[in-house]
Amino acid sequence: MKSPYNLTEQSFNRKLKNKFMKFIFAFLTVLALIPLFIIFLHVIKSGINAINYDFITQLPAPAGQPGGGIANAILGSITMVALAAIIAVPLGVLGGTYLSEYKGGKLSSVFRFVVDLMTSIPSIIVGLYIYSVIVLPMKGFSAYAGALALALLMFPIVVKSTEEILKLLPTNIREAGLALGIPRWRVIVSIILRGSVPGITTGVLLAIARVSGETAPLLFTAFGNQFWANSLNQPTSSLTVQIYTYAISPFQEWHEQAWGAAFILLLTIFIFNLVARWLLLRNKNEYM
Amino acid sequence: MNKDSKSNILIIDQLTAGFGKSEIVKKISMQVTEKEITALIGPSGCGKSTFLRCLNRLHEETPDAWVHGKVNLNNKNIYEKGTDPVFVRSQIGMVFQKPNPFPSMSIYDNVAAGLTIRGIKKKTYIAEAVERSLIQAALWTEVKDKLKSAGTSLSGGQQQRLCIARALAISPPVILMDEPTSALDPISTAKIEELLHQLKKEVTIVIVTHNMQQAARVSDQTAFFLLGELIEMDSTKKFFTNPKDPRSENYITGRFG
Ligand SMILES: Nc1ncnc2c1ncn2[C@@H]1O[C@H](COP(=O)(O)OP(=O)(O)OP(=O)(O)O)[C@@H](O)[C@H]1O
Ligand SMILES: [Mg+2]
Repeated sequence: MKSPYNLTEQSFNRKLKNKFMKFIFAFLTVLALIPLFIIFLHVIKSGINAINYDFITQLPAPAGQPGGGIANAILGSITMVALAAIIAVPLGVLGGTYLSEYKGGKLSSVFRFVVDLMTSIPSIIVGLYIYSVIVLPMKGFSAYAGALALALLMFPIVVKSTEEILKLLPTNIREAGLALGIPRWRVIVSIILRGSVPGITTGVLLAIARVSGETAPLLFTAFGNQFWANSLNQPTSSLTVQIYTYAISPFQEWHEQAWGAAFILLLTIFIFNLVARWLLLRNKNEYM
Repeated sequence: MNKDSKSNILIIDQLTAGFGKSEIVKKISMQVTEKEITALIGPSGCGKSTFLRCLNRLHEETPDAWVHGKVNLNNKNIYEKGTDPVFVRSQIGMVFQKPNPFPSMSIYDNVAAGLTIRGIKKKTYIAEAVERSLIQAALWTEVKDKLKSAGTSLSGGQQQRLCIARALAISPPVILMDEPTSALDPISTAKIEELLHQLKKEVTIVIVTHNMQQAARVSDQTAFFLLGELIEMDSTKKFFTNPKDPRSENYITGRFG
């Protein structure tokens, strides 16, 4: 038989172990966050000086000359990411809905496999593919081609996140809809999808944030442009490609501007992530 | 109450159902009297839920599910070829064990869902239906000032009454309830039992319950299931005071189940 003394000693030991493990986990988390903070601080420190009104409203200055901005790159990025989202979000939500609501079919397992495969294709290969099927036949770089490459990257992310979000809803929500005498497709559209809008939006925002930072698929699809693109059919500048071009240039002014562009890009992605998290947290009780 | 003055709204004839190779519900025949509460009791796993879900053709939505036999609603077989299960379900509502308000929908939208999603546009009609259903479900006074709040923001017991209101809004003559209070605390349970008494003036209710006291308190008829078979069905009073089958007696006296 154990004495009470022994029991308290055990619980004392357990508490100590708990405390110790908690400390270890906290320590490792902080350790993992350090590089992130260093990158953030560095980008802010190096980029903040380049940011001014001209920087976000003017075209790039000719090589070697001071001043100028990256307005065309900002607009190009917004255009291409928006266009990519217009293509990939509806299709991705449709695909994710199909996977979640019509599981069990042979077609759905094939589709799931294809989507998984798409997620793991390196982005430069997506760029290369669009280059060969769009840019070469059309005889030119364009915002269309860039957007298409980004859309190909976005699509599987949106499919996956939509599927995961819809799967969070318990089956009996679907049954409650059917039991009201509502046809299955209307249950899916008006109850399941509608009820998942915050979650799906989170997924979409994360997907946008993810592709906003892509450079490789834009390099030989949208290419780049020192001027405004007059139409979607022309080579188009983007933040990421601009950063790349400036960073490898020999000019000090451009190096500074590359950091400025990096700062803007990072800030945008950060805001997208923040809004996405906030949306998910705000609607947390719906999924519990 | 005089039973003879009421008709049988549901007549179930030789209903057999199951999943894949297993037969869960075995040749059940019974009648459900209009504007009464019929309780289905029996040990866990005996097929009460499966049987109940056959009555509004929800069973067939489960993969591998199958059904034989007839269920007549007002003398029309709901399993007749060409009958639309969607229509059947608009006539026979259902309330589930776990409260399941629709996510991201307000209290108002939850109750209105059966009407609005089906395409009914008339605002005044919908508003009236919502108010009537919430009053019927004894929830109106608690929510009338916050109809725009999320349905999921209510307490468990309130959510379940919201689900009852949602089912009532499309005015089905019959409502099925599968252990509607088993996830609730005693006070919420008492509220729902009280509400059932009021409801049966207007709708027919078939309720599955694990709780024999509940069956005895709320129902007019009790049906006892065992291993997928209907062992005995009688008026609740007779069933609990003078069961005919020894297995019913064993179950009531708590010797098994
Ligand atoms: N989807 C399914 N596929 C296969 N078998 C199932 C399925 N759902 C239920 N069953 C089986 O059917 C039998 C009856 O289940 P049912 O849910 O109808 O019982 P019940 O009487 O409602 O039980 P409880 O009182 O626990 O709710 C159980 O043995 C169960 O394992
Ligand atoms: Mg059950």
